[in-house]
Amino acid sequence: MRNEHFRNPISETAPVRWALILAVLAFLALFVLLPLLVVFTQAFREGWSAYFSALGEPDAVSAIRLTLLVAAIAVPANLIFGLAASWAIAKFDFKGKAFLITLIDLPFSVSPVISGLVYVLLFGANSVLGPFLKSHGLQVVFAVPGIVLATIFVTFPFVARELIPLMQEQGTGDEEAAISLGANGWQAFWYVTLPNIKWGLLYGVLLCNARAMGEFGAVSVVSGHIRGLTNTMPLHVEILYNDYNIVGAFAVASLLALLALLTLVLRTILETQYGSELSATQKH
Amino acid sequence: MASARSAARWHWKTPSVIPGFGLTLGFTLAYLTLIILIPLAGLAWRSASLGWSDFVRLVLDPRTLGALKVSFSTALIAAVVNVIFGVVTAWVLVRYNFPGRRIVDAIVDLPFAIPTAVAGIALTAIYAPNGLLGSHLAPLGIKVAYTPLGIIVALIAIGLPFVVRTVQPVMQEISREVEEAAASLGASRLQTIFRVILPGLTPAILTGFALALARGIGEYGSVIFIAGNIPFVSEIAPLLIVIRLEEFDYGAATAIATVMLVISFLMLFLINFIQAWSRRRFGHAQ
Amino acid sequence: MAIINKGLAVAFLGVGLAVGSLSAAWAQNTLLNVSYDPTREFYKQYNAAFAAHWKAETGEDVAIQQSHGGSGKQARAVIDGLEADVVTLALEADIDAIAERTKKIPANWRELLPNKSTPYSSTIVFLVRKGNPKGIKDWADLIKDDVQVITPNPKTSGGARWNFLAAWAWAEKEFGGDRTKVTEYVTTLFKHVPVLDTGARGATTTFVERGIGDVLLAWENEAWLALEELGPDQFDVVAPSLSIYAEPPVALVKGNAQAKGTEKLANAYLEYLYSKEGQNLAAKNFYRPSDPSGVDAKLLEKFPKLELVTIEAFGGWKKAQPEFFGDGGIFDQVYKPGN
Repeated sequence: MRNEHFRNPISETAPVRWALILAVLAFLALFVLLPLLVVFTQAFREGWSAYFSALGEPDAVSAIRLTLLVAAIAVPANLIFGLAASWAIAKFDFKGKAFLITLIDLPFSVSPVISGLVYVLLFGANSVLGPFLKSHGLQVVFAVPGIVLATIFVTFPFVARELIPLMQEQGTGDEEAAISLGANGWQAFWYVTLPNIKWGLLYGVLLCNARAMGEFGAVSVVSGHIRGLTNTMPLHVEILYNDYNIVGAFAVASLLALLALLTLVLRTILETQYGSELSATQKH
Repeated sequence: MASARSAARWHWKTPSVIPGFGLTLGFTLAYLTLIILIPLAGLAWRSASLGWSDFVRLVLDPRTLGALKVSFSTALIAAVVNVIFGVVTAWVLVRYNFPGRRIVDAIVDLPFAIPTAVAGIALTAIYAPNGLLGSHLAPLGIKVAYTPLGIIVALIAIGLPFVVRTVQPVMQEISREVEEAAASLGASRLQTIFRVILPGLTPAILTGFALALARGIGEYGSVIFIAGNIPFVSEIAPLLIVIRLEEFDYGAATAIATVMLVISFLMLFLINFIQAWSRRRFGHAQ
Repeated sequence: MAIINKGLAVAFLGVGLAVGSLSAAWAQNTLLNVSYDPTREFYKQYNAAFAAHWKAETGEDVAIQQSHGGSGKQARAVIDGLEADVVTLALEADIDAIAERTKKIPANWRELLPNKSTPYSSTIVFLVRKGNPKGIKDWADLIKDDVQVITPNPKTSGGARWNFLAAWAWAEKEFGGDRTKVTEYVTTLFKHVPVLDTGARGATTTFVERGIGDVLLAWENEAWLALEELGPDQFDVVAPSLSIYAEPPVALVKGNAQAKGTEKLANAYLEYLYSKEGQNLAAKNFYRPSDPSGVDAKLLEKFPKLELVTIEAFGGWKKAQPEFFGDGGIFDQVYKPGN
């Protein structure tokens, strides 16, 4: 580029470069951007008023409410777990640590359907626990507790997976110094560790939340699909789709797509602003 | 107290002045056991209570085998495509500067964030015979939606970030000097790429491949809308679990789930093995 | 840190609000109607009509929740703990199963509402592609070489069981009761089935949207709905020479309704199905009303007259269910996937 005849020996020629860039852009446009675009064009194909009346449907509203409720329980639960797990794993050396990390990763490689199925087997009518809990007034499967449990299972590793490498990278020096200066464990955590990991933590929570609100397979198995009662947004998308209510299905889907976009925008902002405070190893 | 505990367990835990080990590890293990391990053990237990002969009969049921075959082969093809495009994407993002690179980098993560059901209905709307692209492909005799090809398309769409995000950080750390050395020793650019750069990336690529494959085998939401769900043709294993559950055939659902869980464990084991191998061989893991 | 504190506070606030609003929703009169697949459109309209009726009558608001799926699957969900106040399923056997397993429905439930607890009836017809390119006129045409038949799974779908019995009834008449020939016909028929969806709606979607198959064995109402919703220019409804008189019954799940204190409301909900308004809505949604006297004559014109066999010809559901659809029953012997 700079010189017609000089070819940088450790880079490709300009045409190759641009061919690769275009190939990547085309690939992403086809598989990622086009579906996103279609969500919005389908949602708005009958205009704004059809879109908003679809979202104002009582069943859609209760699906949105349930989704928020489930995320509001599942995300803090996994946030606390993530903090505890990363503290134990990153600040101490013990045998079996690698195995523990593998176990924490497990939900990533288990099919969502299985994540739901295990709770049906555990709490369903022909299980041991189900009838017992039911007789004490707690319905798990086909009710909100089952949906929450399945969501926690699926989003289990997100916060921990974000924090462990970050805290490992930061080492234990700061905390040791704080403690040698007389801080207790909570103080070391609140005043030393937390400020160091807050952006990584926020990022993990964002991802965890996006998945919690968008989970379909696991929740589908435990929900019972009762409109207005145990239908989360992704399940409601499916129901509307099966009702041939295309605008409704894509309208609800568009809210979830917006959430995904928002998550990514925040992620990008976090990365540009606080890149050094975020772990470089974002595996999941 | 803390020091007494660390002294007592000194053989498996390195002592530390930092407190909270017992509390945090205890909580971690309890939570892990309650949320993940007991439910999974429940599945294994239910499966064991089927008895060996029943279990084998259920797993060898032709429809189960058909579904597993569909899941595995489509996930394999999608993972291969994702490896090729994933490595190229990572390369372009790490090495080239072009307008909008940051945006492209962010877009790669979209499949992580977008709910699978949303991706599923959107891809179906695109590739159905009366859809945006499907209507143009249909006259050419290409059917994507409601065929195994549709499953592959969905799995490519959701699996892409796995490869990119595992390969990208390792690629970033490749030192340019090695390439310069290769070039100055007379290697062509292609030789440098295939002989010098790619071998160093192999563990990361394999890890990304295994992650994409594991995800593809278990994927449900994005696939069921586009697959057509025809037994022996485009019915995936997770869907068959759901169908068996709907028939209240818990035995069959449990048996299929157990097979899939074993596959997940194997994949996880494989990923860990690659990482350990890469640590030994290259001194780093991604 | 401050961010985290705030985040947690917001999260807990969110939980509080959501729990609060959920319990608020429970406090009013809420009914859960667990129904089968093709009644989605009908009950959507009926629920609105009933809510208005109840409000005018008593001044109370009522919220009605709906769950739809294959009838057998829905029955199992109620057995498994789904807290339905009323069930409106595709066939008697499914409600019997709930009654037997949970005792939440009295055994004599069919006598508790008019017309044997069947406010509307239906039958099974064929939905074919426009112009009927494969020339499908009757059951015999379904086993022609190049014909693919779409029907849901009799194990999970009530409609599919009516489909199966309708085919069986036709074959019995055709072959003069020769059991071997009848079984052979039905076995061949299922070799022409490429997909077994779990519910009638899934089967309709397979046929209509996914373009798979040449003929859909469908509820009369589902066939007309597909035609109306998705374009009369794409499909035709074909009435076979003989079909089955399908009675989708309704029942109060007394155990659940009593526990929730909704018994009176739930009974009124079911009784209103038999009213003039209920019957008109049923007819409008292509269900054959049980009491056509007050129904708009125009709505009744759509229902073709055809020879209908009743379930009594099979000895009633108590006999037919285990014989045909129980484990190891006739369907299990007939349907061998993959051959």
